Amino acid sequence: MEVAIVALPLLGALIAGFGNRRIGDLAAQWITSGLLLLTCIFAWVVFCDVTFGNHPRTIQLFTWFDSGTFKANWALRMDQLTAVMLVVVTTVSAMVHVYSIGYMHHDKSVPRFMAYLSLFTFCMLMLVTADNFMQMFFGWEGVGLSSYLLIGFWFDRPSANAAAIKAFVVNRVGDFGFALGIMGVFMVFGSVDFNTVFAATPGQVGHSFHFLSWNVDILTTLCLLLFIGAMGKSAQLGLHTWLPDAMEGPTPVSALIHAATMVTAGVFMVCRLSPMFEYAPIARDIVAIVGASTCFFAATIGLTQFDIKRVIAYSTCSQLGYMFFAAGVGAYGAAMFHLFTHAFFKALLFLGSGSVIHAMSGEQDMRKMGGIYKLIPITYVLMWIGNLALAGIPFFAGFYSKDSILESAFASGSVVGHYAFWLGIAAAFMTAFYSWRLLFMTFHGKPRCDHETLHHVHESPWIMLVPLFVLAAGAIFAGWAFVHYFVGDQAHAFFGNAIVYAADNDILARAEEVPEWVKLLPLVMGVLGIALAYVAYIQKPGLAGSIAKAFGGIYTFVFRKWMFDELYDRIFVRASKALGFGLWKGGDGAVIDGCGPDGIASATVAIARRASKLQTGYVYHYAFAMLIGVVLLVSWYLIGAKL
Amino acid sequence: MEIGLGHYLTVAAVLFTLGVFGIFLNRKNVIIILMSVELLLLAVNLNLVAFSHFLGDMVGQVFTMLILTVAAAEAAIGLAILVVYFRNRGSIAVEDINVMKG
Repeated sequence: MEVAIVALPLLGALIAGFGNRRIGDLAAQWITSGLLLLTCIFAWVVFCDVTFGNHPRTIQLFTWFDSGTFKANWALRMDQLTAVMLVVVTTVSAMVHVYSIGYMHHDKSVPRFMAYLSLFTFCMLMLVTADNFMQMFFGWEGVGLSSYLLIGFWFDRPSANAAAIKAFVVNRVGDFGFALGIMGVFMVFGSVDFNTVFAATPGQVGHSFHFLSWNVDILTTLCLLLFIGAMGKSAQLGLHTWLPDAMEGPTPVSALIHAATMVTAGVFMVCRLSPMFEYAPIARDIVAIVGASTCFFAATIGLTQFDIKRVIAYSTCSQLGYMFFAAGVGAYGAAMFHLFTHAFFKALLFLGSGSVIHAMSGEQDMRKMGGIYKLIPITYVLMWIGNLALAGIPFFAGFYSKDSILESAFASGSVVGHYAFWLGIAAAFMTAFYSWRLLFMTFHGKPRCDHETLHHVHESPWIMLVPLFVLAAGAIFAGWAFVHYFVGDQAHAFFGNAIVYAADNDILARAEEVPEWVKLLPLVMGVLGIALAYVAYIQKPGLAGSIAKAFGGIYTFVFRKWMFDELYDRIFVRASKALGFGLWKGGDGAVIDGCGPDGIASATVAIARRASKLQTGYVYHYAFAMLIGVVLLVSWYLIGAKL
Repeated sequence: MEIGLGHYLTVAAVLFTLGVFGIFLNRKNVIIILMSVELLLLAVNLNLVAFSHFLGDMVGQVFTMLILTVAAAEAAIGLAILVVYFRNRGSIAVEDINVMKG
């Protein structure tokens, strides 16, 4: 059954990918979706067995590398952490597969799309079931590849190609750190196997190794290098620029890859490596700072965007920040909990916005929507549910997970923890504001689209709505049902040995004992944010615009995403372009071609031209040459004879 | 004054040089080149005869006879080519004959 979970999506991808036009759209859709639903059922069975049955296990499949001391196996590590990821990945993926049947039905290359989706699911499952760094890296690169293929799915759009390349290149930066981290792990521990490395980790505390002229702490360095990989994949501050652009892909892709699963791989990795991070407090502080900064920074941008998908994309970026600072302060359970609930409500929001876009004939700009809640009531209600969960309104999923994160940050008591807490509170306020801004701009007010589009607005077909219901059920119940297992009294039993806490890390216990106002503050901020959005977009529709005008400079700065794209363009893109251009023109063109093929050819031509000048065509010149030759021969003969 | 081998050779050398210069300095007429070539052959023949006489060996004179016949044939062929060339090109000026120019 464990093998089937990983193998079925691959099978689906192979059938749909190689069958392509031969098997037709319908077959591709139903085969891949059917296999994914089956996988999903298996995953839930395994989840129950592993977590509630407390039966973690590892299944060794084949040997991958066996070279000297370097060994790596293909294996399926089914522990509690993996089980959580399994249900998240397979559930969202199955829903997205089904949803795509409706959403992509008039696309030209449906089988290719379904094959990519299944391939992605396979790679993601390989990532989460890895029991060594190599297999994790395989999955890591595999999801990167699928993400690239899916962002650039509509390859006839230049913007989609540019976004795909950007996503790939920015991820390479992170992956470089990740690869260095893996090499470092192998250098220090002599193994890439998780169990071996984790067992040896406490022995490395306080040790340092010599790099250039510095002595650096081993564990801090390794954790930071691995975290750079997580930053790239999870779009954290600095390496986040690819995520909003990735919205060029079809909406189901955004829901599956860029909200629920792939971008959370970084969080998963940090939790998986908790035995290492627990012994590297400096690295953990940096994780928390980066997470908290991202959380705040992405939320501010979310306030100003007009593209419905980009608002949700920045929201994703911000929520990932929450997860990271939770892991950074040592509350791995809270991070996994938010990952779990976030997957449901963010996939719901993305698919819901896909439903809106579908209804609006492909329009994504919220300024051209409005007043359509009566026309698509089901989508409207579903979007409300998603946003309630996102804003952390009580009894919806996000409430439990976000509160536990903020409480843990406060309870950690450190400076970093308080930094994270206050930025998190500010982000909670902004989250509520931009979520309801999105709702009000999209569904309320006067219709701002043209007459024809408005006439075409229609509720999505059932094949698209049913997955939304499932995800909505997750968004409502996932928090309430699982809060005790992830962060509550049963957390240690639930996660077993999958998450390791250092002896002095009792953050989950302390998070229960924070003052009452800390528990209430996120909710108050959320409600305030909703109220402000109501005032700004329903009561006084002009208010938002005049605020933006009053703070023109700041507004433009935030609207243009804190100028990150411009900055990177200046520093990296143009510099590497200039370098490439220089090497192309100077290095390749002038030196290599100049001295190589072109140079030799032109030299041959020039010499031949000179040589052909000797052929004057006059008989007496030839005769003269012969005579000179004779004279030379004779003189040489005579002189040679004398010598 | 006794006329010795040196005198003969000198005359032959003068004739040979005349022939060479006739070839190189002549810019007008191909016939003159042919005549210069004959002059070169004659100079060589003179040498052969002179050596034959002074060494008392008849082979040199036999060679001379052979060369004279060959030279006659060569002159005939050369002139024939020249006539054909003139018919085709309408000129036998040395400057015009440069079809082989590279």
